[in-house]
Amino acid sequence: MAELKLVGARKSFGPVDVLHGIDLEVKNGEFVVFVGPSGCGKSTLLRVIAGLETVSDGDIFIDGTRVTDVPASDRGLAMVFQSYALYPHMSVRKNMAFALENMGLKPAEIEARVSRAGTMLRLTDYLERKPKALSGGQRQRVAIGRAIVRDPKIFLFDEPLSNLDAELRVATRKELAALHAELGGTMIYVTHDQVEAMTLADRIVVLRAGRIEQIGSPLTLYNSPSNVFVAGFIGSPRMNLLPAKVRSDDGVLRLMLGESELALDRPVSGLKAGAALTLGARPEHIAIVSDGGDLNLSIDLVEQLGGETFVYASTPGLPQITLRQDGQTRLKRGDTVAIRFAPGQLHLFDEAGTALASPSA
Amino acid sequence: MTELPSVAVQEGGGLRRQALAATGQVIGRSVGRLVGFAMGLVDRPMKAIQRAIGAKRMPYVFLLPNFVFFGLFVFLPIAINVVFSVTGGTALFPSQRPFAGLDQYAYLFDCGSFLDPNSCREDHFWRGVANTAKFVVFQVTAMVLLSLLTAVILNMKIRGRGFFRAVYFFPVLLSPVVVALIWKWILQRDGLLNAAITTFGGQKILFFVDPGWAMFWAVFVSIWAHMGLYTLILLAGLQAIPSDLYEAAQMDATPRWRVFRRITLPLLWPNMIVVIVLSLIKGVQTFDEVFVLTGGGPGTATLMVVQYIYETAFSNQVQNFGLAAAASVVLGIVLFVLTLLQLAVTRQKER
Amino acid sequence: MAASRLARFAGRRRGGSGAPLHWTDIAAYAYLALGCILMFGPVLWLVLSSFKTQGALLEFPPSLLPLAQVEVTVPGQPQPLPLFRVTLPDGSVRELAQLRRVGLVAQMVDPKDPSQQFRVALDKREPVRKMAFATENYTEPLERFAFLRFLGNSVFVTVVATLITLLINSMAAYALSVYEFRGKNAALLAVIGTLMIPITIILVPVYLVVTELGLVNSLWAVILPGAATPTGVFLLRQYMLTLPRDLIEAARMDKASEWQIYWRIVMPLTLPALAVLAIFSIMWRWNEFLWPLAVLTKTEVYTLQIGLNAFQGELQTQWHYLLAMTVVTLLPVALVFVFLQRCITTGIGSTGMK
Repeated sequence: MAELKLVGARKSFGPVDVLHGIDLEVKNGEFVVFVGPSGCGKSTLLRVIAGLETVSDGDIFIDGTRVTDVPASDRGLAMVFQSYALYPHMSVRKNMAFALENMGLKPAEIEARVSRAGTMLRLTDYLERKPKALSGGQRQRVAIGRAIVRDPKIFLFDEPLSNLDAELRVATRKELAALHAELGGTMIYVTHDQVEAMTLADRIVVLRAGRIEQIGSPLTLYNSPSNVFVAGFIGSPRMNLLPAKVRSDDGVLRLMLGESELALDRPVSGLKAGAALTLGARPEHIAIVSDGGDLNLSIDLVEQLGGETFVYASTPGLPQITLRQDGQTRLKRGDTVAIRFAPGQLHLFDEAGTALASPSA
Repeated sequence: MTELPSVAVQEGGGLRRQALAATGQVIGRSVGRLVGFAMGLVDRPMKAIQRAIGAKRMPYVFLLPNFVFFGLFVFLPIAINVVFSVTGGTALFPSQRPFAGLDQYAYLFDCGSFLDPNSCREDHFWRGVANTAKFVVFQVTAMVLLSLLTAVILNMKIRGRGFFRAVYFFPVLLSPVVVALIWKWILQRDGLLNAAITTFGGQKILFFVDPGWAMFWAVFVSIWAHMGLYTLILLAGLQAIPSDLYEAAQMDATPRWRVFRRITLPLLWPNMIVVIVLSLIKGVQTFDEVFVLTGGGPGTATLMVVQYIYETAFSNQVQNFGLAAAASVVLGIVLFVLTLLQLAVTRQKER
Repeated sequence: MAASRLARFAGRRRGGSGAPLHWTDIAAYAYLALGCILMFGPVLWLVLSSFKTQGALLEFPPSLLPLAQVEVTVPGQPQPLPLFRVTLPDGSVRELAQLRRVGLVAQMVDPKDPSQQFRVALDKREPVRKMAFATENYTEPLERFAFLRFLGNSVFVTVVATLITLLINSMAAYALSVYEFRGKNAALLAVIGTLMIPITIILVPVYLVVTELGLVNSLWAVILPGAATPTGVFLLRQYMLTLPRDLIEAARMDKASEWQIYWRIVMPLTLPALAVLAIFSIMWRWNEFLWPLAVLTKTEVYTLQIGLNAFQGELQTQWHYLLAMTVVTLLPVALVFVFLQRCITTGIGSTGMK
């Protein structure tokens, strides 16, 4: 259990800058998820924290102690690798005991810790097996077990679920959440899957191209994304991001949305006529109405999931719009529907992509 | 294609095999424990060193022993060799030898035409060069093709694979002297081969009197002796190719030849490079086998560069260390350039 | 095109169980059978020949198996006489012992009745032979020469040199495969550069170095110079490069020191390549000839190869001893091979992460 602080952490490989000065604080016992598209530097950031890479500039503190130049083996952190990185020549027991032996613990203590972790992760029957003889999920649990027995200051996870099938991924995700609740350790978790991020995190760090785009709790990020990137990245299906032009902004904001006009009640000051904006609307904040709609759309595709329905529809001059409906629907491809944006639930972003207004703001 | 050991045991059946594997494991485990104990003793001092110099400088510690040996027995001798090559006289200690500049090299390269050894002052050296080039070209080509063929066949689902692999590998273990003696025994005037030829109504052939035959047998015997090694390297590569690739190809009804060209060969390429590099090195260095088999003869028909160097330095009336050293420096440079070329080709292929 | 179509056709049929043999299978078996004869035949011939008597070795055409002429003791004759099957002028065939040869005629005697003597033309007689292993080819030189001593020296050199080679080569290979450090490329270049340098070329200067170290006529003079093999470094490095880097980083996270990563993670996973190098090294050391010949001049430090050579020099054309000692020389390596080959097979089979 520990807290972590990064100050202006930079990393470059030769001429390529991978991290551009990351400032971050992780509190004791917090579960923080780094999320972002591939190549955003999230894995590098994790490896920098682990000590497997050195920062080119900046500092790292664990519990207030500067560890920037401390090698990985002395930082007291544990890491679960994407490939699990189980030692193939050692049994499950040996895999878990390896680090403990290196720490110089007594055999009895090692045995106690390994069997405790084995019980916790339902691995008791497999302790003498080699990793080769385990299923994917079991290997995954061994990898986690190897971290748990260490009782590390911070747990680091590098996309630990990406090698599992969908069902197992959901199950393991829940187990991880339960584990965090039980152990209460500080955990840093890297993933490209925003569902994992939403479900596991206390706080999410969204990264893009080596920069932090936004830090916040899952719902903060969902409800008030600070820019277009975060808005598009968090939430599934994606938020609808529609290009718009300001017609006038005099207490009532009038926008040109494709070929239609849209009036918003919430006054936003200082928008000039003709300025380009991006209008963001989550699929669940668009309703199908019988009359008085903001837009008329023609349906391209209907996905019936039973409990909910996704409708993909389009109109000339705008990208395809996704709508979420509760329950089931009779709508079908080719139908024309009128939609209305839920008032007070829309996001506005300026030309540079920065949020101008969020529903909760 | 990779077969797991446990599967092999079951297939082979028989308790004997299992018992053998078990004893093997027991021996392996106890040796492992012994080695582990010894290494464990080194653990503490090594940790202390790591603490003192930092993990980043540890690779130098790991390199040190090997490079002390390299330095003493390779780099230093190479340097001494260069000194030898620019000095004259017959003394062994470099300090007692008079400086001769590039005279040795000039003498070595005093040729009318480099394509005709007879026009050179040191014609034996150039004969050696020509013979070695011929030997290497034939030997490496045939070696790579034959060991590839053998490896592919041994990789098929064939009964007694282990046995056949052992058969091909066995000659690799024999010393060059033994190999040469075995074949000399077979190829001699009244040997087994001539007996076979006369049985089928032919005339005895004096293999070591005819220059063409002598070279042929030098190449043949060398391939015979070393093929198993390269076969094993290629076989290891073949077995590392995941079988699902072949299954996918089978699903696509890909012809076998195409499977070989488009899947096997590209994936085997790293191993092929190892084979080509190793066989080239060994080929250029060929000495003892051919020396014992033909003595370099008839005449100078199978005289190799290394033999020329050895004889110039040791067995001639006048021990000419300087000239031998000059020749070895030349050979060394050629080998070095060859290696670099090889590496460049490899890099390019990988891209 | 036709061939590939045929192959495709056959390939389709091979899927089922009990599929008929494809022509390539038959060709493969033929190739392997031929290979067996070609690879194993000469060695077998050496072993068979080594059991022949000196006389039998000079025969042409040679007999396949070691045969020796039967000799009988005839009363009244001081030495045993060779036995022949003789066709007499009257057409009868009898077994007679030969007393002596005079020109084209042999003087022979009936061993059962020594008073009966015959004069027989040489082409009318044929030696009576039986299978006989001339084991004296083996026992005599073992008694007359210090071969057991040579054997001991060879074993010592081979084992110690191989252990040193495995240790320092794997350490260097580990450094060159796992780390990035200043001078790495230079070190790699040095290794690859020396791959191509045979000891033959630098024999004189190495001799000079060994003399200066005071190692001449010690087994260490044979062991040390060749211990750092570039081939070994190259081979092990290529193998270690295939190990997943995650494993090494995981070990680092597990608080392992660099040395522990080397011997507890990397070494066990490199076992297959180490086995291959061990075989190489054993082979090189056991068969090493030119270098020991140069530095070992006292009989008590001779290795087997040098002993064999000295033996060849002393006995000149005594092929029967030479062949037998050749067999003795290759026997231990053959036994080691039988053991280590199993290691290699399992090693190759169980490599890889999954």
